[in-house]
Amino acid sequence: MSDAESKRLDPNVRQTAAEKATGDRTDTLLRTDGLVKTFGGFTATDEIDFGVDEGELRCLIGPNGAGKSTLLKLITGTLTPTDGRIYYDGHDITGLAPNERVGRGISMKFQVPSVYGDLTVRENARLPVQQFADGEERRRLVAESIEAAGLAGCEEVPASSLSHGQQQQLEISMVASLEPDLLLLDEPVAGLSVEERSEIADRVTRLNDEEGIAFVVIEHDTDFVAEIADKVTVLHEGDIFREGSTEEIESDPAIQRIYLGTDGDSGGDRR
Amino acid sequence: MATEPSTGEHSGSPLARLRRRLEGPNTVGNSRRYWVGFAVAVLALVALPIATGGTGAQFSLFLVLALLGLSLSLVWGYAGVLSFGQVVFFGIGAYTFGVVSINFPTPGGITGAVIAGTVAGAVVAGLLGYFMFYGGVRNVYVTIITLVSTLVMLTFMSQTAGSEWTIGEAALGGFNGMPAIPLLTLGVEGVFTFQFVFNDYEVFVPLLGTRTFDPFYYLSLVVLLLAYLGLRVLVNTDFGRVLVAIREDEDRTMMFGYNVERAKLVAFTIGGGLAGLAGVLYAARNVYIDPSVFQLYFATLPVVWVSVGGRKSLLGAVVATIGVEYVRLALGGELALVAVGALLLLSILFLPGGIVPWIDERLSGSQVPVADVDGPDARAEVSDS
Repeated sequence: MSDAESKRLDPNVRQTAAEKATGDRTDTLLRTDGLVKTFGGFTATDEIDFGVDEGELRCLIGPNGAGKSTLLKLITGTLTPTDGRIYYDGHDITGLAPNERVGRGISMKFQVPSVYGDLTVRENARLPVQQFADGEERRRLVAESIEAAGLAGCEEVPASSLSHGQQQQLEISMVASLEPDLLLLDEPVAGLSVEERSEIADRVTRLNDEEGIAFVVIEHDTDFVAEIADKVTVLHEGDIFREGSTEEIESDPAIQRIYLGTDGDSGGDRR
Repeated sequence: MATEPSTGEHSGSPLARLRRRLEGPNTVGNSRRYWVGFAVAVLALVALPIATGGTGAQFSLFLVLALLGLSLSLVWGYAGVLSFGQVVFFGIGAYTFGVVSINFPTPGGITGAVIAGTVAGAVVAGLLGYFMFYGGVRNVYVTIITLVSTLVMLTFMSQTAGSEWTIGEAALGGFNGMPAIPLLTLGVEGVFTFQFVFNDYEVFVPLLGTRTFDPFYYLSLVVLLLAYLGLRVLVNTDFGRVLVAIREDEDRTMMFGYNVERAKLVAFTIGGGLAGLAGVLYAARNVYIDPSVFQLYFATLPVVWVSVGGRKSLLGAVVATIGVEYVRLALGGELALVAVGALLLLSILFLPGGIVPWIDERLSGSQVPVADVDGPDARAEVSDS
């Protein structure tokens, strides 16, 4: 998972903050240290210390405006933090451009299915793969990626003619074909049918189990969260409010007050 | 349509290998039938001066401008960067060619001036593109900046009438322009040189008798052909696919790990070089250049050509440039202005994808097995935003 440079394994070498936080001798893959993002006078994230372990499947919940999407954008690099550092796999990645972070193994699926509508399914699947595979290997990876999305036989169809659920599956295939170590999903099942939702849940847990990809999933759908999450982080007003297992979070009355509503018995989809 | 070759990239005859490079999902015409038609069209262009009894000198203007159209097709149609600044690089190429060739009016010097003009177009585009793309300027703001650049150039070049605006032997000439650009003669002294303009060649054609033709027409035809085929190869490479991906969704492409700023900069620089080369040929053909190439009207023409022909089609840019310019010249004056405006409106309203992609769709038929996906009415509208 992480490149084992001998330098970092040498106990006599002084460790950097990034190596201490997310280096080879820790299980932590990603760590944010006092991450602040303000927009004018509004504080979107307020000194967030957020961590994800290697191979973990983490869900991120919280009411609208809690800072979930901002945190994700800070991790991908599409937003620059006002203050604080982001460590990933032994390195300080705070100053890296988004595409450089993708190169380090952080990949993201957008909230709106962002496939290339005018391009065919094959062209879509080819794009992430072409930067590291050639010839026969490229063909194999593209075919596997399409197969994994359940779209075998639709290679020459423009992606815009796929259903919403198929587009979600295709995009997950595309981001997963980059072979990331950390995959960020922003509301992957919003607007999907129950059937499509369970397909996505299967897909995510399989990628997590079989390929060891760590996940951070923003999701409002509490059933979905309960189905997939190892651990849940609740954001509230720009900071981490609680962290724990699904059961702990579900039974916490304070969370029901801020997130599920004061009556406490509406555990359904709040979107 | 977009099938990966089932055999290795390096198998087959040289012709088959070349064809595989020229074909791909990002260009229309990926069939034997297309290439036969293409060959016929090229032969028709070769025979045109002879067949019409002219020298081809007039028509060569359209070929030179088609090169300018191609440069915008790459930048806008493929990389998604709507630039009104192609005429800036065109004009800078032309002026650079003029300045260098007036100072070094030997065949070697003029050949160097051609290269200098092309490079100048690319360098200026590279600099402007660097500050825009790495400065985070996107979408409509790129369009505004490039548009303003043409007006800045127009204002600047129009005030260069004074003697202080003389570079070596070459006076920029302000609004009156720069006359007396040496006749385009390429080659190296003592080895081989050839004069391409004002050098009507007499050739005996069987059945038709002796005909004269303009070597410059054939030079511009060859340059245009090479540029078209070269760009076809480029847009069907991995890099070309990244450009198309950036056009379709810049953020998504960045989050696949691509350096979108660099990719746009490379495309913009290549486009600037092509526009510069077009400017060189334009100045060489007219042996004259003036600031009118930076005028708003001229700056909008490439956008009209590429819109009418189909911005996502290199062939569309060439066909529409020749067509629109032919009509514009035939009508002349105010009427041409109205006709060009009407043409742009009509194409945006009725053929937003452009003429050539529309014809291609009609000829090839819909090959998309939509019914396999989600029922017959599942295909979403493909709007050309």
